[in-house]
Amino acid sequence: MTDHFLLLALFALFVSIVFATLLRDEPREQARLGGMMFGGFLAAAFVLGWLMYPLPL
Amino acid sequence: MILIWMATKSTTADRAPATAEPATLVLLCLAAWAVPGAGHLWLGRRQKGIIFLLALPLMFLTGIWLQGRIFPFEVSEPLVVLGAIAHLGIGLPWFLAQAMDFGRGIVTAQTYEYGNTFMIVAGLLNFLVMLDAFDIGMGRK
Repeated sequence: MTDHFLLLALFALFVSIVFATLLRDEPREQARLGGMMFGGFLAAAFVLGWLMYPLPL
Repeated sequence: MILIWMATKSTTADRAPATAEPATLVLLCLAAWAVPGAGHLWLGRRQKGIIFLLALPLMFLTGIWLQGRIFPFEVSEPLVVLGAIAHLGIGLPWFLAQAMDFGRGIVTAQTYEYGNTFMIVAGLLNFLVMLDAFDIGMGRK
């Protein structure tokens, strides 16, 4: 598996699950925070990716 | 800023305090380090314990699967030592991977750095989980 976005999403999923479980007690709140964190990770990756797009590498 | 927001939004203070003896706390921390989630299971936080027990070793295994390398304790290379300490944070899965000769790492693999990142972060997250179990044991949460 070498799809970079898929690996990024998998990493974001693991980190979101652990942090949401650590920071919240109720399953519903955990799911909400986890979802927000996961979405935030993906959104940040998209935004940063597009911001770096013009850079010559 | 985000961390402050997360800390103030935490709703873990509703449980009854569970202060433990120092020796019990040491054992609790050792168990929480060795087996991810064991500390929470010990303290009766079954849901959290099971999630940690599944997610953290799976994250570490994913790192191995992605050709990540288990860093050795090479004193001459301080950054490698830091990585090794982070890896060791996962506890028993680290020893099992060493015993089975996993985690040798293929530097030329496309996913090598991804694998390292998964393994390092899994270990560091387990340190956080261990500290959380310690806080619960101290009656702070």
